[in-house]
Amino acid sequence: MPDMIKTEDIAFRYDEDHPYAVDGVSLAVQKGEFVAILGANGCGKSTLAKHFNAILVPERGTVWVENIKTTEEERLYDIRQKVGMVFQNPDNQIVATVVEEDVAFALENLGVPPDEMRQRIDVAMEEAGILKYRHRQPHKLSGGQKQRVAIAGVLAMNPDCLVLDEATAMLDPRGRDKIMRTVKRLNKERGITVLHITHYMEEAAMADRVLVMENGKIAFSGTPKQVFSQVEEMRALHLDIPQAAELCEKLTAAGFNMPRGVITAEECARLLYEKLTGQAALAPKEAGL
Amino acid sequence: MLRDITIGQHFPGNSALHKLDPRLKIMLTIAYIVMLFVGTNPFGLLLSIVFLFVGYMVAKIPGRMVWRSIKPLLPVLAFTAILNLFFMAGTPVFQWWVITITWQGIYYAIIMAVRIVCLIAGTSLLTYTTSPIVLTDAIERLLSPLAKLHFPAHELAMMMTIALRFIPTLIEETDKIMSAQKARGAELDTGNIMQRIKALIPVLIPLFLSAFRRADELAMAMECRCYHGGEGRTRLRQLHITKQDIAITLGCVLLFVAVGFSGVLYTRLTGFA
Ligand SMILES: Nc1ncnc2c1ncn2[C@@H]1O[C@H](COP(=O)(O)OP(=O)(O)OP(=O)(O)O)[C@@H](O)[C@H]1O
Ligand SMILES: [Mg+2]
Repeated sequence: MPDMIKTEDIAFRYDEDHPYAVDGVSLAVQKGEFVAILGANGCGKSTLAKHFNAILVPERGTVWVENIKTTEEERLYDIRQKVGMVFQNPDNQIVATVVEEDVAFALENLGVPPDEMRQRIDVAMEEAGILKYRHRQPHKLSGGQKQRVAIAGVLAMNPDCLVLDEATAMLDPRGRDKIMRTVKRLNKERGITVLHITHYMEEAAMADRVLVMENGKIAFSGTPKQVFSQVEEMRALHLDIPQAAELCEKLTAAGFNMPRGVITAEECARLLYEKLTGQAALAPKEAGL
Repeated sequence: MLRDITIGQHFPGNSALHKLDPRLKIMLTIAYIVMLFVGTNPFGLLLSIVFLFVGYMVAKIPGRMVWRSIKPLLPVLAFTAILNLFFMAGTPVFQWWVITITWQGIYYAIIMAVRIVCLIAGTSLLTYTTSPIVLTDAIERLLSPLAKLHFPAHELAMMMTIALRFIPTLIEETDKIMSAQKARGAELDTGNIMQRIKALIPVLIPLFLSAFRRADELAMAMECRCYHGGEGRTRLRQLHITKQDIAITLGCVLLFVAVGFSGVLYTRLTGFA
């Protein structure tokens, strides 16, 4: 099975006299994988992401989307259909004045017949949880709702891969939570590959794999447990670690014997409970929560 | 408050006129305007008024809406009427100093005024019963044959759609920037005109910068969703001409023809052209 996305030593700069924004990145993302990309501001995450659906083509090296090179111009719309992209500001990616028409935008561009279009947008809106806003005007929705309209607009294309470029950055915690649950479900149930660029470590902790970028290069990668146990290295890159991992680290430093690689709040709470009471914690359901 | 602004003057409803295919509606409106300029006799005008009256009744649009669309144009109306009143040659009714008012003057002043009112009310009926976005759609489709002559029908429609989409967003943003500038002590609503215009500069510059950034991002988002112009594009919203639409159109056309010929009839009856 071909990788969903594969890059080989790609480099890109916006201008001759600018430094390389992406500088020698080689990576492979398997189908169905959930990958988080972390990195300080300006380290080239967005630039890298734009290579995944041929918005940018590398100056050096090659990008493959399911074995299609992104330089193959006649396959451009195949690539864009396979790899859907959602950006940070929901206001600036909604084109139409009615929700359902915006969701249909990509299909209109692809020349899908109206009847099929109707079915596909209904499915996409259902999956993004916005079916009940279908006739509303986008500017009257909340940020989270707008972002789900943007996701539905991409889902309508039946993509194999979803690239979210800080798609949760402008949302309130509840909106963010809803988006993450939607994305997680699409990943698990529909097997959509997800590349999620984020500054929220809690979101990165949900991923199968985390890539950390620095100055256009991939500094290190691994499972969230591996990456977030490298507390010093992360700090050196001006990156946070999840609060749970930070707490465990501090406890270890204070002389408590905490296991390494605790990154989610639930896991941390359970561990502390066991340490403090000396008995195994009940699963939330048994505890009546 | 600003979130609720509506663009244009659409008056949502469910009447036969609201449902009438927008392409037909635009064509009928154009025909109506032409007719107003052809049928310049009292009979014809009377028919035109009756037609409008029925239209507004069917669409269930209150009379005050008509008044609202005419009010801003009252000066133009008055000016045209006065021009006709004072400068028409003919049989004098009233003479004083250099002012002469003729029968013909009175007649044409009234005809002109009624015609302009009908013109405004008629075109308003179109915008009242059709949402701007549907109107845009219909214009695109009506102009699409011209695309073969390289007329940018799709591009125009896309620009209108995006404008409609972003007007509320930009208004909201203006509001935010103005509040932010006021919080920093900018005085936007005091002073003379020059001072006010100057005070607006710190509002307009961030607004423009942000609009350009939005345009940039929107263009990219559109590319990501495979946008490549109007070629090979299909539409979610399909327009269908129903039997009812055909009936309404035929009715209107008959009436318009009647108005066209009413001039002949009127001349026969009165010998007054
Ligand atoms: N359109 C552009 N033209 C010129 N330089 C650019 C452009 N976009 C980004 N850059 C530069 O390229 C580098 C990488 O930018 P990029 O947007 O990829 O970073 P990022 O990791 O996404 O940052 P952030 O977390 O702020 O989104 C930065 O130094 C930036 O200044
Ligand atoms: Mg970025």
